[in-house]
Amino acid sequence: MTSEPMSPAESSPAEFTPVARQQVLVLYLANSALDSHVVGWSLYDGTGRTSPTTGDSDEPPYESGVAALRDGWRLIQAAQLIPPYPGHEYDVSFLKHEFFFEQIVDMTAERP
Amino acid sequence: MPSVAVMEKRHELLSSVQMARFVAHGSLRLDAVVPAEMNAEGLAVLADGVSPVPYGTPVSEAYAADSFVRRLLELPRVAGALRSLVGQQPTVDHHFVHVRDPHGGDAQPLHGDAVIDVRPDAFDVQLMYYPQAVTLEMGGTLSVPGSHLRRINESDTGRYQNLRGQSRLVCPAGTVVFLHHGLWHAGRRNDSDTVRYMFKIRFNPTVRQQRLWDTSDLNDPQVTRELDVMFPWYEPATGRLERYNRVLLWRALTGDDSFDIDYWVTRVSNRPQEAAV
Repeated sequence: MTSEPMSPAESSPAEFTPVARQQVLVLYLANSALDSHVVGWSLYDGTGRTSPTTGDSDEPPYESGVAALRDGWRLIQAAQLIPPYPGHEYDVSFLKHEFFFEQIVDMTAERP
Repeated sequence: MPSVAVMEKRHELLSSVQMARFVAHGSLRLDAVVPAEMNAEGLAVLADGVSPVPYGTPVSEAYAADSFVRRLLELPRVAGALRSLVGQQPTVDHHFVHVRDPHGGDAQPLHGDAVIDVRPDAFDVQLMYYPQAVTLEMGGTLSVPGSHLRRINESDTGRYQNLRGQSRLVCPAGTVVFLHHGLWHAGRRNDSDTVRYMFKIRFNPTVRQQRLWDTSDLNDPQVTRELDVMFPWYEPATGRLERYNRVLLWRALTGDDSFDIDYWVTRVSNRPQEAAV
């Protein structure tokens, strides 16, 4: 009896499907330009390797949005510029310049 | 018969510079203001729990004259700060003993307490008492200086994990911190081997909050410098609006409608009505 390797089409889909997980970085910048400096940050880790949380660091991971791009993060969302509501021009509320980035991590090697 | 001065409990009012700092930062910190023997007693009291009182109970009815909490509130610097911020007879909104088990629980999301509260000329304060020394690993309260005037509702800010210039409380035993009701804060995760206690009381004013502190230094130039401070997490443009709003609050607290910093409010209020001749 001969034993030949199965082609991908014959094998189970799970065996060859890459296991991809998303890591999300949120940067709050000093103004609407992506190269302005970071004033706040959050991290969410879909790999489960780390558990970032409230108040876990005093130092930002990057100095600007562009610095994150240069390190391989992909920008997936930027806050719109919305004019103030009439009568509320002097109100202060949420941080305005919010940028979402992602990295896709291949965890195939860690598949149980 | 004892004099009025003797009958009245001793208190040390805040100065105008300290009040201006509170208006800018949204908090006032009194390090190790509670003596060691009281902290030992306080730890036991908090471990046993403090029974709730109905909302709006006067301090004198909420806590018996010889109780630990009453003696805490009558420490001269604590009593003076409370009186400077919310007046002589505030009521107790509520109180709560916060306990963080070793290596247990998650950090709270960044939040403001209660619901969105945009009163322009009144504020509540929250007293936070730490009976033991708090290390970074113990997960002392996170707070964000200068966030108290932001119009947000409770934990809608939960997405923000870290902001530049945030305060992760590390303090000696017996520290008391007063927070403006709007200040963003969160209990951090306790990564130490020690149970952490914090006792919080929210106070509501019952009088107009105007010139309740020692105003003898009202014209000290340091008052304006305190009100003008910027924080590292502010976007520069919004930081200007923060100062605009602080000017309005300082006007309400002093009754001086002409007060301004760098013309921020005066400039955009200037609408001459007199016709040109």
